[in-house]
Amino acid sequence: MGEHVIKLPDVGEGVAEAELVEWHVKIGDLVREDAVIAAVMTDKATVEIPSPVDGEIIWLGAEIGETVAVGSPIVRIKIAGDGPAETVAEAAPAEPKSEARQPAPAAVEAAPAPAKKAEPAAALKPVPRATTLGLPRPEGERPLASPAVRLRAKEAGIDLRQIPGTGPAGRVTHEDLDGFAARGAAVPVAGLQAKTGVEEIKVIGLRRRIAEKMALAKSRIPHITYVEEVDVTALEELRAKLNATKKPDRPKLTLLPFLMRALVKAVAEQPQLNAIYDDDAGIIHRHAGVHIGMAAQTPGGLMVPVVKHAEARDLWDCAVEVNRLAEAAKAGTATREELTGSTITITSLGAMGGVATTPVINYPEVAIVGVNKIMIRPMWDGSQFVPRKMMNLSSSFDHRVIDGWDAAVFVQRLKALLEAPAMIFVEG
Amino acid sequence: MKEISCKLLIIGAGPGGYICAIRAGQLGIDTVIVEAVKPGGTCLNVGCIPSKAMIHAADEYLKVSEMASGTSPLGISLSGPALDLARTVAWKDRIVGRLTTGVAGLLKKAKVKSVQGWARFRDGKTVEVDTETGLQVIRAETIVIATGSVPVELPFLPFGGSVISSTGALALKQVPQALAVVGGGYIGLELGTAFAKLGAKVTVVEALPRILPQYDAELTRPVAKRLEALGVKVLTGAKAKGLSAKGDALLVEAADGSEQKIAADKVLVTVGRKPLVEGWGLEEIDLDRDGRFIRIDEQCRTSMRGIYAIGDVTGEPMLAHRAMAQGEMVAEIVAGHKRSWDKRSIPAVCFTDPEVVTAGLSPEEAKALGIEIKSSSFPFSANGRAMTLLGEDGFVRIVARADNHLVLGIQAVGTGVSELSSAFSLAIEMGARLEDIAGTIHAHPTQSEAFLEAALRTLGHALHI
Repeated sequence: MGEHVIKLPDVGEGVAEAELVEWHVKIGDLVREDAVIAAVMTDKATVEIPSPVDGEIIWLGAEIGETVAVGSPIVRIKIAGDGPAETVAEAAPAEPKSEARQPAPAAVEAAPAPAKKAEPAAALKPVPRATTLGLPRPEGERPLASPAVRLRAKEAGIDLRQIPGTGPAGRVTHEDLDGFAARGAAVPVAGLQAKTGVEEIKVIGLRRRIAEKMALAKSRIPHITYVEEVDVTALEELRAKLNATKKPDRPKLTLLPFLMRALVKAVAEQPQLNAIYDDDAGIIHRHAGVHIGMAAQTPGGLMVPVVKHAEARDLWDCAVEVNRLAEAAKAGTATREELTGSTITITSLGAMGGVATTPVINYPEVAIVGVNKIMIRPMWDGSQFVPRKMMNLSSSFDHRVIDGWDAAVFVQRLKALLEAPAMIFVEG
Repeated sequence: MKEISCKLLIIGAGPGGYICAIRAGQLGIDTVIVEAVKPGGTCLNVGCIPSKAMIHAADEYLKVSEMASGTSPLGISLSGPALDLARTVAWKDRIVGRLTTGVAGLLKKAKVKSVQGWARFRDGKTVEVDTETGLQVIRAETIVIATGSVPVELPFLPFGGSVISSTGALALKQVPQALAVVGGGYIGLELGTAFAKLGAKVTVVEALPRILPQYDAELTRPVAKRLEALGVKVLTGAKAKGLSAKGDALLVEAADGSEQKIAADKVLVTVGRKPLVEGWGLEEIDLDRDGRFIRIDEQCRTSMRGIYAIGDVTGEPMLAHRAMAQGEMVAEIVAGHKRSWDKRSIPAVCFTDPEVVTAGLSPEEAKALGIEIKSSSFPFSANGRAMTLLGEDGFVRIVARADNHLVLGIQAVGTGVSELSSAFSLAIEMGARLEDIAGTIHAHPTQSEAFLEAALRTLGHALHI
């Protein structure tokens, strides 16, 4: 019998610590090689830590929500077989899966490859697989439990399908049943009931980061929000035609790529809006490259993947990148690099976009453009009301460094570009 | 006309019904059970128990006959064995008598009221019983139908005269010279084998291409081999057509289409059993049906509130232990306990020579469900205890999931393997994996070691082969 210590691996360039956001195991659990044992979170990306060995968890080194330094031990696993008596090595973090697909426009500096110094895990391969375990019961199959467990569950009115079995082959044990019962499976009661419980939910992980960032943005930045309506009838016609005639290998265009290209044009004339304001140092960093953050709702919460160098991408390239990043963010595979480095942000709630919003600036940027819902509204053309596709832009600016006049000029420029979309594509 | 009322009325005192009644009585439920014949039903009176008695007697007789003929490898010889079938039958009847009396006693001890007579539904809450002392009306809050099953009769071979059912075969006063068995299922083969061992010339006629068609060929091969050794003639793919004009032979259309005449002084018809759904007023309550059977849910409830059905009348497998488990469950449900049918294994035993046991899924059944399996068997020819019992034929076979080694099914064929059925069923019901069986010490020297070895072999490291 040996012991294997898993240390927090290097989860990203320049990251010295990470927050433990989820344990997938508890003490006494048997794990298989490659099974995920924990999830840690850096600035924005969540990284899953797999077990490099088969064995039994005997020690967990951190509480959920605790920040752990890279290299400090987080798990001890008792391993079977005649492996080395004391094996200590780092686990390899799950590699970001999207790396290979990342397009590299000419102007883009090659992104640093994720650190791969955690290779020693490979050296542990000879450890024999423990055969005392069984794979858990596949989804949808009858729960596996001894007749005594089944009887107890039935009498307690507990549906065994709700209980994850920890026994061999996913068998539900008496202990599993005890644990489930102790957590208090709610017994449905007829009629209206006063409820007195208060559930405490620890704000951890992504939620904590969002909370901190929002508080920072709102406490430091005096926001000015400017709402203007945009007639997108012509833009929508163009978009429909491009989608109808596009090559099959091209993505379907949404409004976002058009807006990105318009943004590139607008900030070329007003570079003060494509900037990072380091308020501690009192320095504004105006960026030559336009790196557009796109706020996206994901199952885990709000994330802002970044389309890097929008100025070097044409309409289709923007669309491809938007789709790729949206997928990666939803799947939770977006890398730290893909989630940082924006210089200006677009936020859109799509069909839920409402009439107007008051977007919160993605600190330390100085501008955010909010897209509201497209609605057909009656517009006066000088002689009659005509139905037009109208969309509001609700944009916020850091009033410390952006004057109201500049903000208005910027939004009017965006409006002009979007209302006559050919102008988006005319150079010079 | 007398009238009584009770909380629970059970119709039929077979294994399902009497178990239900005993358990209900233990739980303090005011229970009445109605039985037309004797407690114990088919199982105790004309099924499981008497047939096993006759099979055992036949085995013993065959052993001494072999010893008398000087062919026993054990080196034992004797002279002049004789069989008095009437005494054998009387011995069997005493066993049956003891058991049925025992059941009656158990019912009494559980404070269950027994009513003898033929029951008939008047409506969903009322049953009338024709008793010796007149019509008895019983009103009950809850009724359990446990009427069981009866042998299927062939229209061209009606029971009577030389044509007998399994019930008739168990009551024969002398061994027939030539016995034709129509139907090569487990009942026909069990009885046919017994009579062959007692000296009858037995011919089995089976319409399907194989005997014991519900089992796979691998499992039935040792049985077919043994039948041949016992001189039993097996005609597969053959159809019985009726009795000859003189009534001394069975007419058969053989597999090749030719007409054959099989001399037989008795024709045993064992072509299956059917649920007893007639003669007790099912039409009065109009329950939903599932084919020939009464449809039940996972709590044995029928389509009518307050009426349950258990046992053979509710479907396959028509086995006493299934009925007993259902009966016990229904009694507890009636007592207000939360129970439902959640069994993973209903083992089945076939008391042929050698015996066949199945529990859970066969390899083919598992594959048909789309499960990737691992399966291996261990032969009794490599088992020491089997050798000492002259029982080297057969094997134990295990079917497990390929991914997590969960045991899905266990089958065995071999001498005395019926007693392994409990280990097989326990393994499946507990959710055992191959490693669990492989990690359990099995006593040496026993045939159960073949079970251990089959698990090891499926894992790829059998020790004794």
